[in-house]
Amino acid sequence: MENTNIDQSRRRFLTTAATVVGGVGAVAASVPFVSNMSPSAKTKAIGAPVEVDISNLEPGGRLIEKWQGKPVWILRRTKEMLKDISSLDSVVSDPKSDESAQPEYAKNQFRALKEEFLVVIGICTHLGCSPSFVLKGEGASISVDWKGGFFCPCHGSRFDLAGRVFKGVPAPRNLVIPPYKFISPTRLLIGDDSEAV
Amino acid sequence: MSGPIKILIGLRDWVDARFPLMRIWNEHLAKYYAPKNFNFWYFFGAFALLVLGIQVITGIWLTMNYKPSAEEAFASVEYIMRDTEWGWLIRYMHSTGASAFFIVIYLHMFRALLYGSYKKPRELLWLSGMALYLLLMGEAFFGYLLPWGQMSYWGAQVIISLFGALPIIGDDLSLWIRGDFVVSDVTLNRFFSLHVIAFPLLILGLVGFHILALHEVGSNNPDGIEIKNNKDEKGVPLDGIPFHPYYTVKDLMGAAVFLIFFFAVVFFAPEMKVPGTQGLFLESANFIQANPLQTPEHIAPVWYFTPFYAILRAVPSQLGGVIAMGLAVNLFLLLPWLDRSPVRSSRYRGRNYRVALTLFVISFLSLGWLGLQVVTPLYTWLARFFSVVYFSFFLLMPFYTAYDKDKAVPDRVTD
Repeated sequence: MENTNIDQSRRRFLTTAATVVGGVGAVAASVPFVSNMSPSAKTKAIGAPVEVDISNLEPGGRLIEKWQGKPVWILRRTKEMLKDISSLDSVVSDPKSDESAQPEYAKNQFRALKEEFLVVIGICTHLGCSPSFVLKGEGASISVDWKGGFFCPCHGSRFDLAGRVFKGVPAPRNLVIPPYKFISPTRLLIGDDSEAV
Repeated sequence: MSGPIKILIGLRDWVDARFPLMRIWNEHLAKYYAPKNFNFWYFFGAFALLVLGIQVITGIWLTMNYKPSAEEAFASVEYIMRDTEWGWLIRYMHSTGASAFFIVIYLHMFRALLYGSYKKPRELLWLSGMALYLLLMGEAFFGYLLPWGQMSYWGAQVIISLFGALPIIGDDLSLWIRGDFVVSDVTLNRFFSLHVIAFPLLILGLVGFHILALHEVGSNNPDGIEIKNNKDEKGVPLDGIPFHPYYTVKDLMGAAVFLIFFFAVVFFAPEMKVPGTQGLFLESANFIQANPLQTPEHIAPVWYFTPFYAILRAVPSQLGGVIAMGLAVNLFLLLPWLDRSPVRSSRYRGRNYRVALTLFVISFLSLGWLGLQVVTPLYTWLARFFSVVYFSFFLLMPFYTAYDKDKAVPDRVTD
C-alpha cells in the first residue's frame, strides 16, 4: 500500500500521546496495589500501651513484655551494674546517645527515667534479632572483661546494661527506648508517656 | 500401520493444522542441534527443570492442607506430616527439593563459569538465568517463613531488616514488605501469596524465556566453540546432534541417577543433619513455633544463603554489609562484560583465569561454611579474607583476563 496520503508526523504524535497517556494510566493503576501492602487500619490500631507490674522484679532481674509485637525488656539494675555502666563510656560508640532513638527524658547517662529501671525495646538495631541477656561472669566467650549486658546471637553485636552499643560491632545505634512512664512506683505504662516528667 | 497408531497420527495432523505442534517439536527437540560433546556438567539444566516440576507438584498438594495464618501455620505443617496420607513424603520432597534446586543451580552456574557460557552471544541467556536465580532466592525466602518456626520467623526478620538498613527509604520499605511493624500474621499471609502464586508464575515464564533464548543462540559446549561455524550442505552443524533422541535419553538416564540421590535424602536424611550443624535442609530450631520475643541462640540462614550471609557479617558496618551482600549476589550479572578474554572454555584459557576460578570456588565454599558458624574473631577475619578473594574474582577480571596467556582454540569440538 502506498503511504503517500499518510501524515507521518501526525501519526507519530498520536502514537506518542497514546503511549504517554497509557503509561500514566498504568502507573496510576499500580497505586492501589502498592498501597494495599502498607499496614492496614487494623494493624495500625494494635499498638495500645501495655501496663506492667514490676513489684516482683528482683534487683538484677529482667522482665520481657510484648508491646506492638516487639519484646520490651524491663531490667532492674543494681548499684554495681550502674557503676559498671559508668565505666564503659570509652568503649561504647555513642556514650551520650546523641545518634540513638529514645524519648528526651531517657537521654541521660543510664538511658532511663529512674536509673534503677532500664526499659528498652529488645530488638537489635542491626538486623532485628533479639539479643540475649548475659550477666557479668557468664560472658567469657563474648569478651574477657564482660561486665554484663546484651549479646546478639545473629551477628555478634554487644550492648551494655544501658542498651548502649559497643564499638566495632555491626549494630549502628544504641537499643531503642520506647515511650513509657511510671503510673505508680511499682507499675509501668509502656507506649504512653503523656504528662510524664 | 495398525489402527490405533493411524488414529494417533491422524489426531496429530488434525492438531498440527491448527497449532504449530510439529514446528515446536522440531525447533526445540527433534531438529535442535546440540553439540555432541556435552559432558557431566550439562545435566544440571535438565535437573533444574525436573526439580521445578517436583516443587510445583508437591507445592500444589501442600497448599491443600497448609493454613497461612500465624495461629494455624505451625500446627498445619505438623498436621500434614502426621495426619494426612503420605503428607510426610510430599513435604520432605518439597523441603529437599528446595535445597536440591540450589545445588543444581549452583552447579549449572559453575558450568557457565567453567566453559564461558555467559560470553557473547549468550549474554541475555546469562542475564535471564541470573534473574531466575534471584527469583529462586526470593521464592525460597518466602517459602521458608511458611512453617512459622523459630528459624522461619527470625530469618525473615533479619532479611527484611536488610532493606531497613538502606538510607532514607529503608524504614518505610521494610514496613511495606512486612505490612506490619514486626513480622506477623500479615507478613505470613502475603509471603504465602507470593510463594504460591506470584513467584512461581514469574519463574515459569522466565524459564520459557531462558529456553527460547538458549535455542536461539544454541548451546555452548566444553570446548567453548561455535558449532554453527561448521555446517554440512543441509545447514546441520557437523558437531551437532539432535537434542531428541540423543540428549533426551541422556538426560532421562541422568534424571534416574539424580532421583536415586534425591530420594535417598528424602527417605534417610531430610533434615541433612551434618555434624556441627543444626540441620542443613531443615534446621532444628524450626521445629519450635515462632516466638517473637526470643531469638534462638544459634541462628543461621539455610545453607544456600550462607556465602552471602558470611560476607554480610564480615563487614563491620551495617549499611556497608548490606551493600557488600547485594553486590556479591549481583556481580554475576556483569560477568559477560568483565571478562575480556576472547576464549570461552577454561580448557583453552591461560593460567590466570583457571587460578582465579579455583580461588573463587574455594572462597565461595569457605564463606558458605563460615556463614553457618557462630561468630568468633578468627572466623570474622577468615570471612573478610575470603570476601576479598570473592570480590577480586569479579573486580580484577578485566585485568587478569585481558593479559591471560590463552591457548589456541581448535576449530571443531574434541571428544
